[in-house]
Amino acid sequence: MSGVFTVRIQEPPFDAAAESASLTLGRTDVGAVVTFTGLCRADAGADGAALAALTLEHYPGMAEEEITRHLEEARRRWPLLGATVVHRHGRITPGEPIVLVVTSSAHRSAAFHAAEFLMDWLKTNAPFWKKEERADGGAWVAAKASDDVAADRWTATGESR
Amino acid sequence: MRVLYFAWLRERVGLAEEDVAPPPEVSTVADLARWLAGRDEAHAHAFENPAVVRAALDRRHVKPDTPLGGAREIAFFPPMTGG
Repeated sequence: MSGVFTVRIQEPPFDAAAESASLTLGRTDVGAVVTFTGLCRADAGADGAALAALTLEHYPGMAEEEITRHLEEARRRWPLLGATVVHRHGRITPGEPIVLVVTSSAHRSAAFHAAEFLMDWLKTNAPFWKKEERADGGAWVAAKASDDVAADRWTATGESR
Repeated sequence: MRVLYFAWLRERVGLAEEDVAPPPEVSTVADLARWLAGRDEAHAHAFENPAVVRAALDRRHVKPDTPLGGAREIAFFPPMTGG
């Protein structure tokens, strides 16, 4: 059976367990599935105001295309049997899932590395922007230098090339 | 060409998208950002710090010195914060 690779941008929540199960359904060649879920965290702001929600804006069309390009790069680097990336947009409250990356492979190393690679690139290159909603107003989330460092290490080391 | 704005650039410009016809001397992404900044106060505010503005030409990330070529769509936005 050939691999199944899916990228979806959607507003409703997703079911991580069901997405993961669909990558192994009816097959016996998968030895490893890695599932990463990114959640909306209720961080207090600089002034202590609790986060009420995040609103995620995205660039329709480019978001799908950019994540698909990263997925193709991951497939060039690692022997994946399947992968699913789901990214939500719209208003998301603390505790809700935002992003899902599932990778499957014959062995764990490829699945672990590819999942981390996909998340690192997605954070810095997928066209999404978070706006925080707090009791005292709203503010756009600033990009983190640590995310750039995390993404850059995949090019600096030529991992698995 | 069609220009799209996202996140705080959209809020500052006050538009999600607009169609523009820049003069021929506007040949790169950076040229277009400068030309847009000169249109009015809202655009000037959006582009006041070019170092924090990113761009995509026909839905692909590009550097400021990239020629506009025959691109149909350009988007300007802050550094991405998805995931």
